[in-house]
Amino acid sequence: MRPTQLDKARIRELEEIGTRSDTRDVLARATMQAKRDYDDYFVVDIDAHVSEDHFWGEVIELIDNEYLRDLGQSQLRSFAGNNALLNIVPGLSHQSVGGRITHQGRREPDVPQGEHPFVVAAQRSMDAMGLDYQIVFPSAMLLLGMHPQDEVEVALARAFNRWTVERILPMDERLKAFVYLPFNTPEACEALVAQYADAKDVIGFTVCSTRNNAIHADCYARLYAMIEESGKPLAFHSGYHWGDPSFAQLNRFATMHALSFTHYNQIHVSNWLFNAMPERFPKLKMLWVESGLAWIPFLMQRLDHEVLMRPSEAPGMKRLPSEYMAEMWYTSQPMERTNMELLEATMKVMKAETQLLYSSDWPHWDWDAPSVITTLPFLSDQAKRNILGLNAARLFNLDIKPKKPRADAVLATRPGRS
Amino acid sequence: MTKANTPPRQVSIGTYEGLRTKERVVLDIDGQSVGVYFLGDEIRAWHNTCPHSGGPVCQGKTVARTLQAVDAATGKSPGLTLDRSSRMIVCPWHGFEFDLLTGIHAVDTKTRLRPVPVAVVDGDVVLTLG
Repeated sequence: MRPTQLDKARIRELEEIGTRSDTRDVLARATMQAKRDYDDYFVVDIDAHVSEDHFWGEVIELIDNEYLRDLGQSQLRSFAGNNALLNIVPGLSHQSVGGRITHQGRREPDVPQGEHPFVVAAQRSMDAMGLDYQIVFPSAMLLLGMHPQDEVEVALARAFNRWTVERILPMDERLKAFVYLPFNTPEACEALVAQYADAKDVIGFTVCSTRNNAIHADCYARLYAMIEESGKPLAFHSGYHWGDPSFAQLNRFATMHALSFTHYNQIHVSNWLFNAMPERFPKLKMLWVESGLAWIPFLMQRLDHEVLMRPSEAPGMKRLPSEYMAEMWYTSQPMERTNMELLEATMKVMKAETQLLYSSDWPHWDWDAPSVITTLPFLSDQAKRNILGLNAARLFNLDIKPKKPRADAVLATRPGRS
Repeated sequence: MTKANTPPRQVSIGTYEGLRTKERVVLDIDGQSVGVYFLGDEIRAWHNTCPHSGGPVCQGKTVARTLQAVDAATGKSPGLTLDRSSRMIVCPWHGFEFDLLTGIHAVDTKTRLRPVPVAVVDGDVVLTLG
């Protein structure tokens, strides 16, 4: 067959995706997936992230302790730069796989004059993925629970919460947030709950799971009662810490990441259950974030097995651990899906149809598009709608009136270079 | 007409000499997205859709394959190294890596890119699109 030279206008060269690509270009395929599969779904992303290091100067200037603010600004101007006061280790931050994955840490290009770069990036990601709401968490601050200076965690928590609630959230009604609780200092957490319990765009409170606190300790009883009273959920957002002695045995980020993100939430859930916290705070809505799903049936089976043999160690429990766990909420990402039979069994045992909340983790390296849910062969349409947004609407009292533009409109505005 | 009934057609995308200096070109051709790669005297074309999540796999970086060096006599490993003679296509969405010449994933041989037939005809690079 003789080759046909097409009209040049019908051949378009596509650019390489890199650290300065527009979010709408990076996610154009997700927009096409939205158009194909879920344009009329109500979608809530429970866990997306601020790359707060890009705006760290704005956060540091909100520190209310004059000494720490001065220290932070001094570090910001000198050796620590955007990691001022933080305990992350840049040389161990391998999330980009040696620069292979470029969207984590990227900076949004072409931000219109007068608009905030984070809000613009978030809006573009919501439109491109077909999200009605996005709930944002910090990134580098996820390790603050391991910071040796408790007063720094408190100061940064207070400053970051102010930055988020007072500066960022008012810029777009589709953005919501959890208030960061500096869990190493219970009294400071109580003050933040009192301050933000009625804040309109604050949909809950979060503890970064990467820490060594026993979450059942009595020093948190008043805090839990206050959160329970607020009616808003308490989310434990997992993370990693290569400095934790057990993880220091691992020599690859992949293995450390695979184990640590499940490890911390497993410890916290185990303590929560064996100390009868669901019975002591029965109306406190518990949400477990960014541990994927595979750990849930493991822990259910393991704890059920143990408590049946050793009930004297859990006298406050009135049901099996798995039954309490099936009443908690979980976010989906990073959703393990290399074995559909196991995933289907997992979703069944954890009652995913009512308890699972879609999360993207965007713009982090192992993010999930909503299509990870819409393409599952064993879920009903209603189950997909619940997981993608209706469960979240129920948990967080969100209005399910559509907020997002249609995918066609997004693609018409920006056809994507991908 | 459904896609399945669409007859294959050949499309010239430019001269071989002009394109090979780019090493990689990714094109949208009437809505079909294809990555065309030039490595030495070899030429390959792959659909620009990652088998993992549908990401734009050809628009990521190309990198050297990572190897684990192992001393055959002792079984000891001095660590990871790079094979500069090979190139891997990295999906920018999640980092899936595929051999540029075979389209096979670096670890899981069942996970592969979908090929697009490509040839040089009278000095032009010609794709056969379904």
